[in-house]
Amino acid sequence: MITPEVTATATAPGRPRGGLVNVPKRFLPVIATFVVFVATFGVGSVRYEGFASGQVMANLFIDNAFLIVLAVGMTFVILTGGIDLSVGSVVALSTMIAASALQAGWPAWLVVVTVLATGSALGLAMGWVIHRFGVQPFIVTLAGMFLARGLCFVISVESVSIKDPAFRELATGSIELPGGVTITYGVVIALVTVLAAVYVLHLTRFGRTVYAVGGSESSARLMGLATTRVKVGVYVISGFCSALGGLLFSLYMLSGYSLHAVGMELDAIAAVVVGGSLLSGGVGFVIGSVVGVLVLGTIQTLISFEGTLSSWWTKIVIGALLLAFIALQRIIVRRT
Amino acid sequence: MKNRLLWPVVALVALLMLNVVVTPSFFSVRLQDGHLYGSLIDILRNGAPTLLIALGMTLVIATRGIDLSVGAVAAIAGAVTCTHIASGGNAWVAMGLALALCAVLGLWNGFLVSVLGIQPIIATLVLMTAGRGIAMLITEGQIITVNDDSYRQVGAGFLVLPIAILISLAVLGLVALVTRRTALGLLIESVGVNPSASRLAGVRARTIIWTVYVFAALCAAVAGLMISSNVSAADANNAGLWIEMDAILAVVIGGTSLAGGRYSLTGTLLGALIIQTLTTTVYTIGIAPEITLVFKAIVVIAVCLMQAPVGIRVRVRGKQGVPA
Amino acid sequence: MTEPVVDMRGISVEFPGVKALQEVDFRLFPGEVHALMGENGAGKSTLIKALTGVHRIAAGEVRYAGERVSFSAPAEAQAAGISTVYQEVNLCGNLTVAENILLGREPRKLGRIDGKAMRARAAELLARIGLHIDPGSVLESHPIAVQQLVAIARAVAVDARVLVLDEPTSSLDADEVAELFRIIRVLRDEGVAVLFVTHFLEQVYEISDRMTVLRNGRLVGEHMTAALSRIDLVSAMLGREMGVLEEIERRSGTPGEPLLVAEGLGRKGSVAPFDLEIRKGEVVGLAGLLGSGRTEVARLLFGADKADSGRLLVDGKQVRLTGPRAAIEAGVAFSSEDRKAEGIVADLSVRDNLILAMQAARGWARPVPRKLADELVAKYIELLDIRPADPDRAVGNLSGGNQQKVLLARWLVTQPKLLILDEPTRGIDVGAKAQIQKVVADLAAEGMAVLFISAELEEVVRVSDRVVVMRDRQKVAELDGEVGVDDVMALIAGGGDHGVDQGVEKAVAS
Repeated sequence: MITPEVTATATAPGRPRGGLVNVPKRFLPVIATFVVFVATFGVGSVRYEGFASGQVMANLFIDNAFLIVLAVGMTFVILTGGIDLSVGSVVALSTMIAASALQAGWPAWLVVVTVLATGSALGLAMGWVIHRFGVQPFIVTLAGMFLARGLCFVISVESVSIKDPAFRELATGSIELPGGVTITYGVVIALVTVLAAVYVLHLTRFGRTVYAVGGSESSARLMGLATTRVKVGVYVISGFCSALGGLLFSLYMLSGYSLHAVGMELDAIAAVVVGGSLLSGGVGFVIGSVVGVLVLGTIQTLISFEGTLSSWWTKIVIGALLLAFIALQRIIVRRT
Repeated sequence: MKNRLLWPVVALVALLMLNVVVTPSFFSVRLQDGHLYGSLIDILRNGAPTLLIALGMTLVIATRGIDLSVGAVAAIAGAVTCTHIASGGNAWVAMGLALALCAVLGLWNGFLVSVLGIQPIIATLVLMTAGRGIAMLITEGQIITVNDDSYRQVGAGFLVLPIAILISLAVLGLVALVTRRTALGLLIESVGVNPSASRLAGVRARTIIWTVYVFAALCAAVAGLMISSNVSAADANNAGLWIEMDAILAVVIGGTSLAGGRYSLTGTLLGALIIQTLTTTVYTIGIAPEITLVFKAIVVIAVCLMQAPVGIRVRVRGKQGVPA
Repeated sequence: MTEPVVDMRGISVEFPGVKALQEVDFRLFPGEVHALMGENGAGKSTLIKALTGVHRIAAGEVRYAGERVSFSAPAEAQAAGISTVYQEVNLCGNLTVAENILLGREPRKLGRIDGKAMRARAAELLARIGLHIDPGSVLESHPIAVQQLVAIARAVAVDARVLVLDEPTSSLDADEVAELFRIIRVLRDEGVAVLFVTHFLEQVYEISDRMTVLRNGRLVGEHMTAALSRIDLVSAMLGREMGVLEEIERRSGTPGEPLLVAEGLGRKGSVAPFDLEIRKGEVVGLAGLLGSGRTEVARLLFGADKADSGRLLVDGKQVRLTGPRAAIEAGVAFSSEDRKAEGIVADLSVRDNLILAMQAARGWARPVPRKLADELVAKYIELLDIRPADPDRAVGNLSGGNQQKVLLARWLVTQPKLLILDEPTRGIDVGAKAQIQKVVADLAAEGMAVLFISAELEEVVRVSDRVVVMRDRQKVAELDGEVGVDDVMALIAGGGDHGVDQGVEKAVAS
C-alpha cells in the first residue's frame, strides 16, 4: 500500500485530557449504542402508558440477566478476535446438569460448583485445541456447541423441573429497591459479573493483554506478553460465564431442558456487536455489550407492548440494528 | 491435495464399515417400483440439501468468506414457494419466484462483503438473524402446507434415484465442470489466497466474490425447496435450522481451509457424506438419536485435528525463518 | 577506547542448505552509533537475530558486557538489556501510548494496574527521548513516525544498554528522520550503544560513528564512518557485483513515439499533480527516497490508487483511470514493490501465477488453453532462468528472486506497451538482479516502454534513459541523457535545510 500519510508533527501537542467536547473515537460506538437504547426506550415511553416505569427497566435486567452474563464472556472472546458459538449449548447443558443433580439430591452449593467447573473445563478444552492445533475458533466452538447440546440429551431428553428449595428461594426472592422497584438475585449476580469483568479487562495485566492480543497478536508476543494464557483464558472465561448464565437461566426457568437457549449464542454475539465491539478484535467495552443486551431486550419489550406486531419483527429489527452498527463501525474505521 | 483427502476418506470408510458390522445388509440396495431403496440411498437423499449448500459454501470459503445466512435463505425459499402455491399459484412459477428472491439475497450479501468490505461472518450474520424473521413474515408465522404433485417431486420424487440426489449431484458436476474447465476456479482461488495481488493482476475480485455469494444463496434456495417439498410444508422457524453449520463443517472436514484459497469439491462431497452417514450410523447402531450431536462433535474434532498439523508446521517454519 | 559492550567473534549461522553468516566478527561500543551495512541478503538481519537469540549460532561466541552469553529468545536478550525496534512498528495500535511502552511491566498496586503511575512513568520515558505526547492517547491516533518513536521509548524503558534499530527510517519523511536522529543522539550521549540498520547511505553518514560492512554473509570490514568515502563504502557493499552490473550497456537508440502522457495527474495527500511522458522503447527511471511519492506515481498511472486530478493518455487516447483493469486494457502493466502482499499468489503454482494477469484479462469464461499455458511457462522459465524449473511448484516456495521473475513473466505474457516495475530487484540475489536488469534493457530495445523504480540510485541511473526525480511527493526534476548518481542524489536531497542534506553534502564532498 501507499506509505501512510504522515504529517510532520513528530511532536504533536498532547490532547487536552478529559474534555467532554473531544470524545475519543473509540467511545463513539458505545455512545451510539446508549443513544439507541435511550431512543428505543423513549419511543416506548411516549407510545405506551406505563412503559417508562422503573419496573419495566428493572424487568429488562431481570429478563436478560443470563444474557448479560453471556455477553460479558463473549466480549472477552471477541476482544481477542475469536468467537464462541458454544455458549447457548453450554447454557442448556448447565440447566440440565443443575436440574438433574438437584433432582438426584445433591446439595445446592455442590451443584453450583459442578456447573461452573464443567463450563470452565469445556472452555479450557476448546481454548487449548484452538491454541495448540491452530484450528479456527469458529470450528472448534461449533464442535463444542454440538458436544454440549449432545451431552444435554445424554443426561435426559425430557425437561427436568427444579424443586430444590434453595434454588426456588433464590429464583423467586426479590430485592426491593427504593421507589417500589424489585429486582431478582439474578440481576445482582449479573451486575457483579459485569463489574468483575470491567475490573479484569481494564485494571489487570490479563485484561490489557486481551486487548493487546486483539490489536496485534504478533506484536503482543514480541512485547513478551503472556498471549497463550490469554488466548486460552478467554475461552475459559466465556465457558465460566456460559455456565453462570446457565445457572441464572435455570433460576429463571426453574427447569433444565436440552432445548433451552437454542440460538442464544447469536443473541450474545448480536449484543456484543450492537454494543460496539469489532469482531476483528481489540476494540470494545463490556459496558457496551451490557447496553447492547438492554437494546435487544427493549426491542422485545416494545414489540410485546405493541401487541399487534408479531414476534418475528424482533428478528428483523435486530438484523437491521446489526447492519446499522456494522455500517457505523465501517465509517469510523474508514476515517482512521 | 490428495493427502488432505486421506483422513476424510478414512473417516467415511470407517463409518461405513461400522454400519456393515452392525447391519450386514447395510450396503444392499433394492429396486422396487422402479425406485432404488436402501441405507446408502437414504444417506444420499437426506444429505442432498447439506451437500448442495456445502457446494455453495465451498466457493464462498475459498474466497476467504463464509455465509451464515444459508439456513435462513433456505427457509425463505420454502416460505415463498409454499405461500405462492397455497394462494393458488403454479408450482414452477412459485419456485422461480423463490430462486429470484434468493438470488437478490445473495446479491445483498455480496454487496455487503465485496462493495462495503464488511467481514463476511458479520455481514451474513445480518441476514441469518433477519432472514428467519422475513420467512415468518412471508408465512405470517404459520406452517404453510401445500398439496402439489409437481412440487413434491423436488424433495420426495424418484427418477430411479431420488430426485433430490440427482439435483445435488448435477450441481456438483456442474460446479466441478464450470470451475475447472473455465478459469473461474483459478480466479476464485487467487482471490482467496491474495486479494490485493489478484486485484493488481486485473482480476475482477468484486465480481468473483459477488458471484460466489449469489451462487451460495441459489444453492441454499434449491436446498430449501428440497426440504420444504419433502414435507410439503414451509416451516419458517425450523426449515434448514443449523444447516449452515453442517455445511461449513462439511467444507472444513473436506480439507478446505476457512482461511480461503485452495478448495476441494471432492472433499466437500466427502464431508457432506461423513456428516450424513454419521447421523444414519447413530440410528442404525441403536444409540438414542438425540446423542448424534455428541458423535458429530467427536468426529469433527478428530478430523480437524488430523488435518491440524498444518498449523504446527507453519509455526516451526516461522521460527527458523528464511535467511534474509 | 573502552571495552566493547557487544563482542561477537567468528559467528556462523546456517540454515538448511544456506550459510547465512560465515565467521563474522562484530563489535559494538557503548556510546556509539554503529551502522550495519550491506545489500539485501548480506546477512544484516541474520547477524542481529543471532545476537538477540532468534537464530541459533552454529559457531563462534557472543560476549555481552564482557561475559559470554547465549540467548535463546528475544525476551532473554531484552531482559539482559538488548532491545530491538523492528521495521514494522510492533506495537498494538488499539492501546494507549503508555500501555504500549509499559505493557508487561506496568506499575501495579495490589495486583491491579496503577493507571496514574503508569502514565507518569510513560511520560517520564517519553520526556527522556523528547517526545511530548499524551501518554493516555491511543497509539494509532498518531502518525507512523510517532509510533516508531514510541517503540523506541518502549525499547529504552528497560534501561537498555544496546538498542538495535532495524531499518527504522524506511517509512519516515525527512523531518521525522531528523527527530529520530535527535533521539538517537540523546541515547548515545547517555552511553547507549545503538546498532542502526538502514538502506539510506546519506543517513549512515549523518548519524553513525562507525560501520560494519557485510557482503554475502561475510565480514568485509569495520570502518570509522568519517574515514570511509561514499564510493569506497558502495564498492565495499557491492564488491565484484559492480563488475557484473556494469556489463549492461546503456543503449543509445532513438526513443520512439510518446506512449504515455500524464498531464497534471495527482492525488491529494499522496502525490502533487505532475506531468510525465514516456516514449516507446524508453526506460524512464523514477528516483527518490521511500515516501517521496515514487511508488504513488506508479500506482496512479496504473489506477491502483485513483487520481483526483489530471488526465492520462496512452497511445494518444485518454484512459479513464477507474482501476487496474482499465490500465491493463490500455496496455499498462504494474509490478508492485510489495512482492508478498501485492504480487505473488503464494499457494498457487508457478503456472497459475504466470498466466494470472492474462487470464484475468480474458475473463473467467475463456480459460487460457492448457497447451498455450504450458508453452508460455516453458518459454519464460527458460528465458528468465526461473529455478526450480517446475511449473507445478507453489510459487510461495521459490526464492525472492525467482518469485520476482515469475511476476515479471506474468506481465510479459500479456505483452504490455508500458511496464511499470516498482523495486523489482529489492531483496533478491545479485544474479537475479543482473538478469532482471538485462531483461529490462532488452524489452526496451524491442520497443516496450518501461518505468523503472528503485531505491538504488546506481541501478536507476544505469538502467534508465531518463531519470525523473521525486521529492516530498512532488516531481522535482527530469534528467536526460548521461546522469551521474551524485546529480540525482543532490536533487533528491533538495535545497531545504533538512537533517538529511548535511549527510548528502558530506558524502558528496568526500
